[in-house]
Amino acid sequence: MLDSTMIELSRWQFAMTAMYHFLFVPLTLGLAWILVIMESVYVMTGREIYRDMTKFWGKLFGINFALGVTTGLTMEFQFGTNWAYYSHYVGDVFGAPLAIEGLMAFFLESTFIGLFFLGWERLSKRQHLTVTFLMALASNLSALWILVANGWMQNPVGAEFSYETMRMEMTNFMDVVLNPVAQVKFVHTVAAGYVTASMFVLGISSWYMLKGRDLAFAKRSFSVAIGFGLAGILSVILLGDESGYEVGDVQKVKLAAIEAEWHSEPAPAGFTIIGFPSNEDEETHGAIKIPWLLGLIATRSLDTEVKGLKDLMRDHEIRIRSGMIAYDYLQRLRGDQDTPENRAVFEDHKDDLGYGLLLKRYIDDPSQASEEQIRMAVKDSIPEVAPLFWSFRVMVAAGFWMLALMILGFYFNAKRVIQEKRWLLRLFLWSIPVPWIAAETGWFVAEFGRQPWAIGEVLPTSIAASSLAASDLIISLSAFILFYTVLLIIEMYLMFKFGRQGPSSLHTGRYHHETAATTSHPPTAGGPAPVLAPHKRQD
Amino acid sequence: MIIDYEVLKFIWWVLVGVLLIGFAVTDGMDMGVGALLPFLGKTDEERRVIINTIGPHWDGNQVWLITAGGAIFAAWPLVYATAFSGFYFAMLLALFALFFRPVGFDYRSKIADPRWRSAWDWGLFIGGVIPALVFGVAFGNLLLGVPFHLDDMLRSFYTGSFFGLFHPFALLAGILSVTMLTMHGAVWLQIRAAEPIASRAKAAARIFALISMAVFALAGVWLIIGVDGFKVVSMPALDATPNPLTKEVVADSWAWLANYGAHPWTLLFPVLGFAGLWATMKLAAANRPGWGLVTGSLAITGIIVTAGVSLFPFILPSRTDPNSSLIVWDAVSSHLTLTVMFWAAVIFIPLILAYTTWTYTKMWRRVTVEEIREQEHLAY
Repeated sequence: MLDSTMIELSRWQFAMTAMYHFLFVPLTLGLAWILVIMESVYVMTGREIYRDMTKFWGKLFGINFALGVTTGLTMEFQFGTNWAYYSHYVGDVFGAPLAIEGLMAFFLESTFIGLFFLGWERLSKRQHLTVTFLMALASNLSALWILVANGWMQNPVGAEFSYETMRMEMTNFMDVVLNPVAQVKFVHTVAAGYVTASMFVLGISSWYMLKGRDLAFAKRSFSVAIGFGLAGILSVILLGDESGYEVGDVQKVKLAAIEAEWHSEPAPAGFTIIGFPSNEDEETHGAIKIPWLLGLIATRSLDTEVKGLKDLMRDHEIRIRSGMIAYDYLQRLRGDQDTPENRAVFEDHKDDLGYGLLLKRYIDDPSQASEEQIRMAVKDSIPEVAPLFWSFRVMVAAGFWMLALMILGFYFNAKRVIQEKRWLLRLFLWSIPVPWIAAETGWFVAEFGRQPWAIGEVLPTSIAASSLAASDLIISLSAFILFYTVLLIIEMYLMFKFGRQGPSSLHTGRYHHETAATTSHPPTAGGPAPVLAPHKRQD
Repeated sequence: MIIDYEVLKFIWWVLVGVLLIGFAVTDGMDMGVGALLPFLGKTDEERRVIINTIGPHWDGNQVWLITAGGAIFAAWPLVYATAFSGFYFAMLLALFALFFRPVGFDYRSKIADPRWRSAWDWGLFIGGVIPALVFGVAFGNLLLGVPFHLDDMLRSFYTGSFFGLFHPFALLAGILSVTMLTMHGAVWLQIRAAEPIASRAKAAARIFALISMAVFALAGVWLIIGVDGFKVVSMPALDATPNPLTKEVVADSWAWLANYGAHPWTLLFPVLGFAGLWATMKLAAANRPGWGLVTGSLAITGIIVTAGVSLFPFILPSRTDPNSSLIVWDAVSSHLTLTVMFWAAVIFIPLILAYTTWTYTKMWRRVTVEEIREQEHLAY
């Protein structure tokens, strides 16, 4: 049996490196499109300020993208290095979207990003815009394929277990690609990226407006981002809802855990806003509920029941026992007893094999498990509820906070008075981290909510890891933490440095730190700077 | 169109080879440039010239590595699983060395401090040399046989150590990898960098071509007289459902030469390796580095295919439990997966080659110190 410390450390390492990677991805996904919008205006109108916007926000894009690539390399390797059994067991299905991500998206993105940064002088306006567009498209295609892969982890359609090859094998590629979980995840995740990039541009532009600097630049950047951001936040929330509906359909345990729903309530179930779930007690203490709301969100009906965790665990016990038989017969088939009779029995119980594998945490041969071990496996068959319960609520709260800001920002920007609303500008500035909090808690819900499974109901995380030693993991995990921390400090240092400099960092001679106006009229702490310097008017 | 399973299995051996060669010829060239950076660039501006010759291209080139990894995962999942987890610390060493590259290229020139820039230059050096070394050492270990076995549920267990990977033969393979890629990077710089860098690069190209020829020859001799290969004694039909546990494999002194004996035309590849290296050396000397890039690419192709032909049909031979070895016929994905991936490759690789070529043509020029000065805040 695998060392449980080693498995725990492997989980921590994957979680940490994945969440770290996802610090950089959403900004890439959204900012790429924002750059396309800005550059399109430049190409259509010829106004230099829009080219400056593309180049400046592009600079920040580059600082971010570098760490996106760096941390992305880790992900491509880590399935093999740390989750080798997983790679064997599901590689036939899971490997394909990853490889296609490389062929279709990474090549396109990485080839054109070089031209985006370094090709300004060598490409025509239209050629360069096409380059920017293809780069944005490619990064979003990348998200598509990785989410097809992740969607399959949650809802493993289009594949069957083969006892001859001891792995899952793809039976229908289109089923895998058109997996409804993957589809909704894709749109929800890229929309989250669009919101992240918008909040980033909005927050920094707000700072320039608060400082009374580079106002024409800041206001135009704000305008682009607020439209894109409002569309993004509305999409993200709508698709979050759609996601919840899918989860209610194919991942009932995850939904029940997110809602800390221990008992099946009569329809329509209530939504718990606050509470203190306990896996030990199988109860949520101090719950405050909104009646009917969960039933509406999860089932879109008033009469379909939302199954509670205790009932689901009763189902799991039945499946675990069936899985024990599946394992027994699997052994026979892979031994010398590959007979039609044995195959028939195996087929009957095959779908529960994954549940049988839950017992491998306690005993090498699940078919010999004791009642106590079965009881423990049943307890393992649901994730830890409290972390899911709270992170989901943090994500939703963050989402609605950003919705409020976007609506207000859009309104005042449309009325052309945004630079006077200093309270709102400050809120945008301080809310820059909020989309990141939403994105990371969202991913936590998706992945932690799938536990104990690496592949839902097929492969438990506890047997998916490589055959390594805990000491190996301590070394690699420490190395990741060390390297990544140093890189993050460097990245943030550069982000702040160039963010503060603003478009002056382009050294065009047109912006705040470069003009004579700043030496004789330092920006005042109070209201907007007097509109005196000729460079302020860019039209 | 339905392609026979055994044909697809063979095609995928070729395709993985294509991806690895693509990686070596493109990103390998960038790694060679990285290896030369602190030596061929004596001033900050010269170093920026060197960096900007590959600036627009290096990231796209690196995707050959990422895609090769993804393709091995998709087509040979057991190989991906066994090799990546077995060579754990070697893989992580290569990975961490690669970390220096994206950040090195983008961040290096963003701050004017010379210590900052010099540190990143050495980072790019590490990012060039270490992965080349590790991948070469890994290949060498394939030829030696890897200490692993599979259990009944096809879980792999690696029983070697990190330092065990540095067997002298494997180290030699690693050195060959570094020297041939450095030669290749030098030829690139001879084409694309202005003087005085171009002349320094020319000297480097000639030296590293010569060293590579010597190392390749030495490795070849060693392989013939000192490295036992493995051969498949019995196995199910080529198009059978893949099951690595149903074959019989034995060690055999001449096994790594068997394919050359059975198919003498494959001797073309080691010859191509030598001839290519020699031609590159001559062409660099004759100031025809453009052709030197072509011959260098052919040399790298020849060298990699030489190793592949020696090993075939083995991918990951096991020296502790030979029957667990992973071969082209039984370490593969299902027929459907290989088919889907085949069509994906057929559609996208030509597209990739087309737009990659367009990118190179658009950015083709000799990079000069003047250009760096003009574009101080835009160039890498």
